[in-house]
Amino acid sequence: MTRVRLISMLGSYGVVLALLLLILFGWARYDYFLGFFNITSVLRYNSMFALVALGMCFVIMTGGIDLSVGSTAALGSVVAALASPQGAWIGLGAGVGAGLCVGLVNAVLVTRLKIMPFVATLAMMLAASGTALLLADNQSVSVSYESGFTSIGQDNFLGFPIPAWIAIVAYVIGWIVLNFTSTGRAVLAVGGNEDATRLMGLPADRIKFLVYLVSGGLAGLAGVILASQFGAGQPIEGVGWELFAIAAVVVGGTLLTGGVGSVGATLAGVLLLGILFNVLNFENGKGWISLSAYWQSVIRGLFLLVVVILQAKLSSRGTAAAREH
Amino acid sequence: MDTGILLSMTGIDKRFAGIPALSAASFAVGRGEVHALIGQNGAGKSTLIKVLTGYHRRDAGEVVFDGRPFEVFSPQHAQASGISTIYQEINLVPYRSVTENICLGREARRYGLLDWKRMHKEAETLLSRFNVRIDVRRPLMEFNTATQQMVAIARAIGFSAKLVIMDEPTSSLDEREVAVLFDVIRQLKQEGVSVVFVSHKLDELYEVCDHVTIMRDGRTVKTAKMTEIDKIGLVSAMLGRAIDRAEGHATAFSERDERKIGKVLLSAKSLAINQSVQDVSFDVRSGEIAGFAGLLGAGRTETARLVFGIDRPRAGTMHFDGQEFTPRKPADAIAAGMGFCTEDRKSEGIVPEMSVAENMMLALMPKLSKSGIIDEKGQREIVERFIKQLGIKCSGPDQKVRELSGGNQQKVLLGRWLAMNPRLLILDEPTRGIDVGAKGEIQALIKSLADQGLAVLMISSELEEVIEGADRVFVLREGISVAEFNRHQATEDALMSAMAHGNAPVAAEAVS
Repeated sequence: MTRVRLISMLGSYGVVLALLLLILFGWARYDYFLGFFNITSVLRYNSMFALVALGMCFVIMTGGIDLSVGSTAALGSVVAALASPQGAWIGLGAGVGAGLCVGLVNAVLVTRLKIMPFVATLAMMLAASGTALLLADNQSVSVSYESGFTSIGQDNFLGFPIPAWIAIVAYVIGWIVLNFTSTGRAVLAVGGNEDATRLMGLPADRIKFLVYLVSGGLAGLAGVILASQFGAGQPIEGVGWELFAIAAVVVGGTLLTGGVGSVGATLAGVLLLGILFNVLNFENGKGWISLSAYWQSVIRGLFLLVVVILQAKLSSRGTAAAREH
Repeated sequence: MDTGILLSMTGIDKRFAGIPALSAASFAVGRGEVHALIGQNGAGKSTLIKVLTGYHRRDAGEVVFDGRPFEVFSPQHAQASGISTIYQEINLVPYRSVTENICLGREARRYGLLDWKRMHKEAETLLSRFNVRIDVRRPLMEFNTATQQMVAIARAIGFSAKLVIMDEPTSSLDEREVAVLFDVIRQLKQEGVSVVFVSHKLDELYEVCDHVTIMRDGRTVKTAKMTEIDKIGLVSAMLGRAIDRAEGHATAFSERDERKIGKVLLSAKSLAINQSVQDVSFDVRSGEIAGFAGLLGAGRTETARLVFGIDRPRAGTMHFDGQEFTPRKPADAIAAGMGFCTEDRKSEGIVPEMSVAENMMLALMPKLSKSGIIDEKGQREIVERFIKQLGIKCSGPDQKVRELSGGNQQKVLLGRWLAMNPRLLILDEPTRGIDVGAKGEIQALIKSLADQGLAVLMISSELEEVIEGADRVFVLREGISVAEFNRHQATEDALMSAMAHGNAPVAAEAVS
């Protein structure tokens, strides 16, 4: 019985603990690690991943997966860049709208045509990527610097990067929806036992529809930030973002099979992976050892594996313990 | 409390892929009444319930609920109309908290957001009615089955239901928990709530139910007051054979030569695992067909699973061929020389997309391959031999099993085990869902296998199959082997009485 408790403990607090330890390690070892510049640039950059991971978190909690988020972000960045001369808000709306369109198609494929989420979103991943390349004519699309579109990604508000604000607002809303609305609870119920949820009379399909739509919209928003931050729509960016997002969600203790999950822990997962990357860069900067990008990737992969194995072990024991009673 | 009719269903038809599951079924429940709904597997109880709760749409028929014609489109709609269902497999969300499981779909809100405090309180109040006091914030999976069952009931009642349907609610409860559940049912009844109670435990029906409706083959065959029908009456209505029915062979099992029966091959003493198998003893001799008879839920399949090493017994001993036998996994049983044709061919037996040959070779694969490589030629020979021997009608070894009829699929499964050259074959409902002609072929096949010295343990819900087919019949009742009959003692009277009362040998001796 206590093991079940331990899983949820490990899920929600384990990742926070690891995050704190990592920050502590960085603070003790590197001079400018907790400097204002480093903090804001880490947050500015990772806010895009945070948005994508938030959408992914909801999809995974229903027991699904959304592989299209990376290409959707790329498409969003291209569409936003193309629309940016019309004004910052129009650029923003166009990028998010493009994401919502991809999400809508995913939602229809999964809930109406009953196509497995893996397959449906894999197809949309290719389709969105192709559309982005077509629209951008296979090169990056410069954004308009006159319309103020670049403020979204590059400026600060109250001394804090605007993308970070956007991510914070999104996570607060996500947290409230998950914990304090019936929609949020239904998301977890669908992932935990879809048949039971239907028999309980909850609109399982509508819930699933919603999470894919939202995931697409958030990926589009991440694309807007991408274009704004780098001054160009990037049709070939976003490769592997979906994997980063899945990794962050899983590290945050959300079960890939659905039914258990936490918005806060997902944010901690994003920060953990982002800061791990940051720490590795600092380590390189120290010049003691030189880790190539490949090695960094290997280290991040191993780290992820350790967390996931731990989680799987605990959860299988937890269910076995529960079944005995 | 009979103040009129709450629910009446008449002339209900429902077909699945053209096959009728319900034909002109009817069902009526009075207000504040506890009504039992019973029948064998496949009799149509579950389908009837699912039609009522909006999970299936009926093809024809009329439903009147609470004085109005009732057209139901979804479980949600049925729930809102006052019909709550507690399904057999507890249909809740294990990872989520008790409160969520009770309140999902009708959450308490405050300022538009969920009011957790009030929901926790509501869940606690509902559960306290059944003397269940638990931390409702904890995930449901941390609690035992009985508590989960109570949570399911609390959920159903929380919806201020007029009719609560309980599909085998006691199958996972122990005696004390059953008593609590019965108190709850009586309490509901007092409050004017009607209860539909589905169960296979006949004693329970007499304890709480007012009326009983018996279904068979998708039809309603009998409705009676509980006080006016005895257990034999229930059993014979369920099994569908009038006790005085004329003699004569209904199956393809012909008389057997008893000299062909050898010495004891498998014996089991006092096997127990949980509620489903409490004390089962039996033995099977080589060349003998031993039959397991009993109502649904008597523990026949569960006993077979113990023998085959799928589950591990909590108590009891088994001997196979004179040696102590403690299988830890099916591979142990297979190695000892056993085969097991499961009841559910689709989910536990055949691999529909694979060919006849591949399906037949699945169990034999480890023996036939040399360092992992399959001996194609040896395989072909065996498959062709069995196709001929068993009379499997297929275009050839490469035809997909999916395309074969039920009877031929069953033969492929038989072939799979016979290819192993087993000494004991366990057959769980070998002729269920097979058309009459093929049924006879399978039965004749079973007999000829026994004639060749194979020990057969045959589980069947069809009385005539065990009576005519088995050399000895063991009757199981609620997890206990209550009676043993030889070929001459095994009559319908004797078997039914053993299934109903559990103390049948008196009647059996009178017959012999």
